[in-house]
Amino acid sequence: MGEIQDVDILGDDDVVRVRQAVRALAVSAGLSLVDQTKMVTAASELARNTQTYGGGGSARLELVVEPARSGVRATFTDTGPGIPDVDVAMADGYTSGSGLGLGLSGARRLVDAFEIDSEVGRGTTVVITKWSR
Amino acid sequence: MERVPILRIGDLLLVTIQVDLDDQSALALQEDLARRIVADSAHGVLIDITALDVVDSFIGRMLATVASISAVLDAETVVVGMRPAVAITLVELGLSLGGVRTALDIDKGLALLGRSTARG
Amino acid sequence: MLKGGTDEGGTVADDAGTNERLGAMLRTHRDVVLGRWIELVSSAMGPHSTTQEVEAELGTLYGAIADSLASGARPREQGFGEVRAMLSELSHDRARLGFSPTETAATVLNLKVAALSAVGDSLSDYVALSDVVDDLAAFTFEAYVAARETVITELAEQLLELSTPVVKLWEGVVAVPLVGTLDSARTQVVMEKLLQVLVDTGSDHAIIDITGVPAVDTQVAQHLLKTVVAARLMGAECVISGIRPQIAQTIVALGIEFGDIVTKASLADALQIAISAGKDG
Repeated sequence: MGEIQDVDILGDDDVVRVRQAVRALAVSAGLSLVDQTKMVTAASELARNTQTYGGGGSARLELVVEPARSGVRATFTDTGPGIPDVDVAMADGYTSGSGLGLGLSGARRLVDAFEIDSEVGRGTTVVITKWSR
Repeated sequence: MERVPILRIGDLLLVTIQVDLDDQSALALQEDLARRIVADSAHGVLIDITALDVVDSFIGRMLATVASISAVLDAETVVVGMRPAVAITLVELGLSLGGVRTALDIDKGLALLGRSTARG
Repeated sequence: MLKGGTDEGGTVADDAGTNERLGAMLRTHRDVVLGRWIELVSSAMGPHSTTQEVEAELGTLYGAIADSLASGARPREQGFGEVRAMLSELSHDRARLGFSPTETAATVLNLKVAALSAVGDSLSDYVALSDVVDDLAAFTFEAYVAARETVITELAEQLLELSTPVVKLWEGVVAVPLVGTLDSARTQVVMEKLLQVLVDTGSDHAIIDITGVPAVDTQVAQHLLKTVVAARLMGAECVISGIRPQIAQTIVALGIEFGDIVTKASLADALQIAISAGKDG
């Protein structure tokens, strides 16, 4: 059982709030400095997506404690337009320069577990997890 | 929103980013720098990111954009003080920071700018 | 009727009431029970500890357990927080001294035996106390295991540190002579260390020498590449030296692009580059 924090993502400063909260959890989970940075960066990308593409939403941040390891889990939810083709959005890497593509595929590379569920007209939910080693 | 202060030293502009910048503040900095390069006839811009423990794609793109804008305005940009964890993360993120020149610290950054402005 | 006992039909209120009574009982009979407990633990620990040390350790622990019980709390609840903290410390100390987890838990379990005389004829009271002590002993065991794992992890890290030296060659140039088989984890650690050393020493040139590395696989090659790119992002340049013919062939066969990363077959050539670069500025 770990701590759970819910953060509403509406404005720019909320993205910063998410970064700081994830950093604190990553420290509690005992992640190395590099892993902390990766997780915070991934969370920043996704929080921004939620704000700008999703039209605002929320993040649920958790410290996950297991017998052999601890980790940080961040779930980003919005009821925005949804992503028409997730595969394309994720493969659409930095070369296209599109903000959304970079955010998703980049974030996935930075974390240990990445799940995305999105439907046009319903919204998007992304869950990322990073574990201590 | 925070307005990051810009200092002028000779024909160089020095920016030290001390806080976790939100997107608006980053854009404001970009605009302020463009304005100041022209207003102060600056030929070099030194951005110190030693205090940043996170640089995501937005800030990364902002830095690259500042470098491009400066180049158009005949100024050179050098970013200094990137932390190892940040560098490693940017590489993993696949962000190359395009034409941004970097140096380990302010001294080396100034040396880079000094040398190039001497030529130019 | 009489409250208490931790039979299955008991409620939290019943447990609290029982624990309060147990706490009071432990306080009343402190001299006898604590004395007996110290005797039992001292003889179990033998030469590892003096009686004064055991007295001091158990004295405060006894008081804390009695106080927590008197407040009606159960072992895993907040009211027992101080006791758990003490037990964690006890476990850590014992773990470092090399005691077995059983010996460590036995310290706690001996409280049961010591309290026999004080509990009197009440079997249900004894069972209640037994449950509490068992739970605390289990916690002690868990804390011990966690402590051992921490010790092992620390040792492993120290070993990794010792076997991956980053050497400052002269002003502005550091070298990392990698020796032996590289696995992904070790390569990552070394590379992170290299980058940190660059910052700490203000060096903007690094030579990564892999003369002593017999083979390189895709993952390791990619970590090396990423390190060079990361160093470049920070404003430093890396040269990879000591690439053997076999490794060069592997890299090409794996299709890994080294691009514009400077590589030199010999360490001497790599040093040459670093010196020239240093001169230019």
